[in-house]
Amino acid sequence: MKRSAPLIVLAGMAALPFLGLSSYVMHLLILVIMWSVSGMAWNLLGGYTGQVSFGHAAFFGLGAYCAGLASFHLNISAWYGFPLSIPFVAATALVMGLIVLRLRGPYFVLATLALGEIMRITAENLTDLTQGNLGIMIQRTWVEKTGYYYVILAVAALTFWVVKLLAESRWGYYFVAIREDQDAAESLGINTTLYKTVALTVSAVITGFSGAFYMNYMGYIDPQVVFSLGDISILTIMVVMVGGVATYWGPVVGAVIMVLLAEVIRSLPYVGTAYQTLFGVLLIVIIIYLPNGLVGDRQTLARLFKKKGAAV
Amino acid sequence: MWVQLEVFLQTLISGVLLGGLYALIGLGMTLILGVMKIINLTHGQLMMVAMYVAYWLFTLFHIDPYVSLLIAPPLLFLLGMFLQKTLINPVLRVESILPHNQVILTVGIGMVLQNMATIFFTSDYKSTPVDYATDAWYLSDYWKDAPFELSLSYPWTVSFLLAVGITTALWFFLAKTDTGKSIRATAQDRDAAALMGVNVGLMRVITFGLGSALVAAAGCLFIPIYYLFPALGSQFTLIAFVITILGGLGSTMGAILGGLILGIFESMTATYVGMGWAPVGRFAIFVAALVFLPGGVASLLKRKAVTK
Repeated sequence: MKRSAPLIVLAGMAALPFLGLSSYVMHLLILVIMWSVSGMAWNLLGGYTGQVSFGHAAFFGLGAYCAGLASFHLNISAWYGFPLSIPFVAATALVMGLIVLRLRGPYFVLATLALGEIMRITAENLTDLTQGNLGIMIQRTWVEKTGYYYVILAVAALTFWVVKLLAESRWGYYFVAIREDQDAAESLGINTTLYKTVALTVSAVITGFSGAFYMNYMGYIDPQVVFSLGDISILTIMVVMVGGVATYWGPVVGAVIMVLLAEVIRSLPYVGTAYQTLFGVLLIVIIIYLPNGLVGDRQTLARLFKKKGAAV
Repeated sequence: MWVQLEVFLQTLISGVLLGGLYALIGLGMTLILGVMKIINLTHGQLMMVAMYVAYWLFTLFHIDPYVSLLIAPPLLFLLGMFLQKTLINPVLRVESILPHNQVILTVGIGMVLQNMATIFFTSDYKSTPVDYATDAWYLSDYWKDAPFELSLSYPWTVSFLLAVGITTALWFFLAKTDTGKSIRATAQDRDAAALMGVNVGLMRVITFGLGSALVAAAGCLFIPIYYLFPALGSQFTLIAFVITILGGLGSTMGAILGGLILGIFESMTATYVGMGWAPVGRFAIFVAALVFLPGGVASLLKRKAVTK
């Protein structure tokens, strides 16, 4: 039962559009799945390998720009962004890896943050290529949401499978060994640089897919949005932190909560654009009381509710 | 040729003036990082809060931003102590899979501060229209036949001098007072300091407060010459940690040099490459420092001291 759970969920998700959901609900579902993909990708590097990256917007934005520029400059469909982004994102991840993977702990965190910001400012300033802050607008393929839904669902299924495959392979154990104690892992003969590079590259390419999908789905991007530190890099981390670090379902749960929360808060009067305040409060509460996320600390949660039940 | 020299010198001057203020921002962060090994990614947001305090003091009571140096930093000192005691200390004790929960926590605090500011004060750009904002000293006033013209903005210079004064005061505090010595002892070896009877927990709380007060002071010095808006914090958080890394973690002298280097480098990039590229220069110098000079400028100073 437990092994087939992902397949059951996938089948259920695939059947959803046949229920005749409204276009708004479909939009939310698409956002949830897109953020799950980003979260699962980040989790591979951050959760399993223990390398907390604050720069994943770099890969997200690069994926989005690969799709957008293909359509804008080469006059080919923006869907080619998926295959096109692979070499670009992978190359960027390798170069970034060369710089950041030799750093540890806080240095790593800060370096990824800086590299992410460098990408944003570069994209803003290379106006000949990217049109700078004007952004890029493309013709969307479908009016209906169903097509986009199935594309991102397929990407998510693939991501889930890749993460599971990696995490349960020998490599996955190497990843965790690096997270727990890098020196010990090294002394046992694990080539930590190699495995960190693998985790970073796979994580980056998947995040790039998420970005390429964003371009296709939204039809408009600009550097402030897709390379955003707050809206992409940190939101990705929050999806994983809230859901559960180093768990398969954590990012999915986190994405559901974050997207729904954002929608609910945004619709409240007066709060409007400042919805991130509640995100921040949620993040603080989660880190203090459930440091491993809702899925990671589900036993703590269960105990909490049992106690309450007993008291009543 | 004179024109080129003039541009160069003017750029250098503004770089040094900016660098002095940057140094003050970096000092607070390097203190927190050195003593507690905590990356405080809410540093710039604390500065933003201090700037709003100074802004409202000016708007409501016409208190000069330089006078609010006596009001905003103490307030931020209390806020910093409160954050450390109630939020960061508990997280340092929590067992979790990720070792960097504390960094993410400070990001969360920063988000709350920034968006609270947006809710209360809207995201409009604000400034304090002090009457000396555009005053400046000109070289030609003092040297009639000067072949080129240089100017020294009045508020920038005052801010710079005050920053130097505060830095000196901080140095005296750390070097001469008991509390200062305890803070330095905690930074060097927490366990040994605890064994010597230093109240390490209290020192952490004081240090975070002190770091917040320093960046608050920088905020008061910035407000006569800069625009104020809620998102300004994140920009200065990044600047603060670039300076900290550039200077060498936890080094006071390093933070000052790091601030100056960054200020000059940014001014030069803005003049000779283009305004929009100044932040790229900032991060390029940061990444270069991480890769080629992991100990920052402080490691160079130490190496020199040893060979002497």
